[in-house]
Parts: sequence; structure tokens; C-alpha cells
Amino acid sequence: MHTQTDAVARLCGVVKRYGHLMALDGVDLVLRRGELLAVLGPNGAGKSTSISLLLGLIRPDSGKAELFGMDPQQIDARRRIGVMLQSAMLPPTLRVAELLRLVASYYPHPRPLKESAALAGIDDLLNHPYGKLSGGQQRRVQFALALCGRPELVFLDEPTVGMDIDARRKLWSAMRNLVAEGCSVVLTTHYLEEAEALAQRVVVMAKGRVLSEGSVDALRAHVPLARIRCATDLDAEAVAIWPMVNAAQRDGDRLVIHTSEPENVLRRLLDADASLSALEVQRAGLAEAFTELTRDDEQQEAA
Amino acid sequence: MNSVSVPVSVTPTVTGMSTRRVIGAYLAEVRSECLRYMRAPAFMLPIMLLPTMFYLLFGVIMNGAAGADTARYLLVSYGVFGVISPGLFGFGVSLALERDGGLLTYKRALPMPPGAYLLGKMLMAMAAAAVVILMLLGMALAMGHVALSLQQCALLLLTGVLGVLPFCALGMLIGTLIKGQGAPGMLNLIYLPMSFFSGLWVPINLLPKTLQQIAPIWPSYHLHQLGLAALGMQHGGAVRHFVVLVGFAVVSFIIATRRLRRYG
Repeated sequence: MHTQTDAVARLCGVVKRYGHLMALDGVDLVLRRGELLAVLGPNGAGKSTSISLLLGLIRPDSGKAELFGMDPQQIDARRRIGVMLQSAMLPPTLRVAELLRLVASYYPHPRPLKESAALAGIDDLLNHPYGKLSGGQQRRVQFALALCGRPELVFLDEPTVGMDIDARRKLWSAMRNLVAEGCSVVLTTHYLEEAEALAQRVVVMAKGRVLSEGSVDALRAHVPLARIRCATDLDAEAVAIWPMVNAAQRDGDRLVIHTSEPENVLRRLLDADASLSALEVQRAGLAEAFTELTRDDEQQEAA
Repeated sequence: MNSVSVPVSVTPTVTGMSTRRVIGAYLAEVRSECLRYMRAPAFMLPIMLLPTMFYLLFGVIMNGAAGADTARYLLVSYGVFGVISPGLFGFGVSLALERDGGLLTYKRALPMPPGAYLLGKMLMAMAAAAVVILMLLGMALAMGHVALSLQQCALLLLTGVLGVLPFCALGMLIGTLIKGQGAPGMLNLIYLPMSFFSGLWVPINLLPKTLQQIAPIWPSYHLHQLGLAALGMQHGGAVRHFVVLVGFAVVSFIIATRRLRRYG
């Protein structure tokens, strides 16, 4: 179904070095039309470098970066994207409406000012100087600037850093609206629940390489881990040495077991303690999968 | 997957930008560049007040009884002194801060038309230079009783508005060498000695002989000479000064753009 023409942005075998530091070591990445792709990874994984390459801010040492089949440094390619960078100090004395008008002027078919403001939820801030806004409000203005040009692709670099939960949820719903309009989104984030809530596809990076790529479910399945919680008198240390049990420990009056085969462990658990109660079984979240993936990488590195 | 065909193109695929909108983008950039600095008194006040106060004190009050030539000479000196700073500081400080704060990176990622960023700052500096010269001219005519023809006033204004450009280029070069908060101090270390050594504070013939001889190494010296020519106090050599200033501007600008392209 997905053909080559579906790709709106791609990195092909990209290598980027900063002096002796290998920032990207042969990265392949494809973003398809209309999808929200989350790029996850610890600091220094190469997320920002990948974004900078796709924006044409830096050039690869080898390999290729493409936006809509063009060189990202071509202005015609960038007229189809919107950008929200992690740290950009915008002119503090300009009012929000003036900033919106300025950035919209760069695009061929921008949204009307009111529409951009409504999408980002900043209708009430238009006449405020940017410098007088709170951190969360400034992030929302930056989001409005990212979408004001009616882009086909939006890059959001850590968009919800410094936002409270309410503001974060609002931005999430604004992102969903963008995707519903057919806009593609590349999102880098430290918040795994953000990727879990929004992304159709997740790429996990570490040390300049792509470790895994796939749907949120596929990523979870990568780490077939489940967590069992129950109230029981069984000894944690005894359970920990059962086959197929990865770990077991006490959490107050509950016993918590990590296992890759919950069915077998449960059978034995119920046999061993007939009075067992308050049973919960949970699939591993993205957070566990992520930790597992990046830890594997470190172990390989050490070996 | 299923075989239902989906109409692919819902988003507009026309990405060409009309010339009118490109010009609009340049204008919007210039407009916001002017707006943001007019609203920043910490930036505008020193640029406006320093030359006017100096001129008021040394040119008008302390030189009340001096001859007409002295009064005109001082008008040019403080005019040039006032024109340098919007170029050096308007370009240098803002570029150094914006490289540091990520605004330049952000603008490079946006589809801002190439050159709009520099053009915005350039026109802002030219406007500020025009205001400085007009204020000094007003004081000279109203309080200093300097006799000037309309043509001389216009020529001095033109000298100021164009004369700011070599200093924009110098400011830009320094802005690419220094990042962030260190820039204002560094620029003052260039601005103040350069003004003194090229005879903007003390008439050049009162400086020691060696300083007089090396004065032509400063671009401000050449602008000063051009300003004097504009008021009819210097005859001949204007072309040479003009060529030196253009050359200085072009060389600084080329080095600065190369550095910007390479290091961002």
C-alpha cells in the first residue's frame, strides 16, 4: 500500500560526525504522508541532529536527506513545512499577532490569523508582547507559528516541555486536529506517554542509530513483558527464582512480578496460594519497552 | 490491505510563491525588525542620546562663539559618531544574541526569503542613522546657528544613511565572531577607540602626528572626510574615500557571510 511516493521526508544512510563524535551512524528514516511519527531516545541519541538534517540546517557527511523529494535547503521544500524548535528566543517586544503575521508572510497560502490562533488556543494572547508570556503560553505561540503557514509537515521538537498537564492535553488535541487535516507530524519527546497517546509510529534512537521502528504496539511487543500484582503471603525471594520470572519484589502488602510469560506464572501462582487476592495483570508500557531497548544497547556496547 | 482507492491529494500541492507575496515577506521582516527595536529603549536610547548630548555639549554650548567652520566640522564629527553605532550595535549585538538564543537557527529553518533577515537589520540601521542625522541637523540649525543650504543638509543625510552600511558589515562580522552577551563590550572596545583615533571627538589635527598618519586605516576616518565634503569643507578625494568605504564594506560582508554559512 505504502509506495515511495508516500514519503514526505526521509533520511537515507545518513552519517554525521562532529569532530570525533559520531552523531548519526547510518540512519534510515521515512516519514509518510498524514502520519504522526514520534522519535524517542535519550539525550545525545541523535534526535536533534536528525531533525536539523531534515530542516537543512546541517548537511550530512554521507547519505541523503530529503524533504518532499527535494534538498531541504531548497526554499520550495521548506515552504511546505512548519517548525517548532526546542530553544528559540523570539523577539520579546513583538506582540503575538505581529509574530504570527510575520511567519505567515513566508508562506504561499497561510491560514488566516484567527484560525491559527484558535487551533493553538491563543486567541486571548494576540495583543500581548511575547516576552511577557509564561513559558507554557510561549510554547503555544510557537506551536501556532508552526502551523500558521498551512504546512503539509510539521516538526515539533520537545513541544510540551515546561507545560502543565492541562496545557499539554490541549496541545495534544491540537496535534490530533492537525493530523486529522492530513498534516504529517514529526515529534521528538522525552515523555513516553506523549508518544503513546499520539503516535502512529515510533522510532527509538540511541547513540546515533535507529534501534527500533514500528507502531506503538509493535514496540511494546518487542519487549514481551507483563507485570503481575497481587496480595499474597508468598515469599518474594522464593517467587523470584521460579522459571520465567524476571523479577519479583514486595510493594507494601502486594507482591509485584515481572515476567515474559504471564499465563504460566499465573497458573503456578494460583496453585501455590489459594487465598491470593487483588490480582492485576498489566502489559508493559512504552516506558518499560523503551528502557529495555536502550539498556540492551548499552549491554551490547559493553560486551 | 483493501483495494479501495483513496483520492490522494487533499492538501494543496501548489507551492510556488507569487512575487507579490515574496515582496510582502521582505516587507514584513523589515517592519518587525524596526518595530522590535523601536520598542526596546535599552537599545534605542544610547544610539539616539549619545551623539546628540555630545553635540549639544561640545558643539553647541561650549563652542557658541567659535567660527562657522568649527561648528560645521563638529556637526560632521558627531554625525559620523552617531551613524556608526546603529550599524555596529544594531547588527553586531543583535546577531550575536540571536545566534546564541536560537532565533537565527529558527529563521533558517523557516522559509524566510534569503537575505530578508539581513535586509531587515540593514534598513533598521539606515532608519536609525537618518533619525540621528536629522536630530543633529535640527539642533545645528536651531541652536548652533550653523549656516547650511538645503542641498548640504540633504547631502549630509545621504552620507549618514549610506555611511552606516560599512559599519553594518563590520558589526555583522563581529557578530559572527562573538556569541551572546560578550558582544556589546567587544563592540564598544572597537567603537570608542576608533571614534577617537579617527578624529571624531578631538579634531584630527590636534592628535599626535603618528595618530594622524595612521588615521586612514579607520573606516570612520573616510566617512568623516565624506561628511566634510558634503558640507563643502573638503575638496577633492571624495571618490577615494567612497571607494575605500565600499571596499571595506564588501570585504567585511563577504567574510561574515562565509562565517555565517559555515558556522551558523
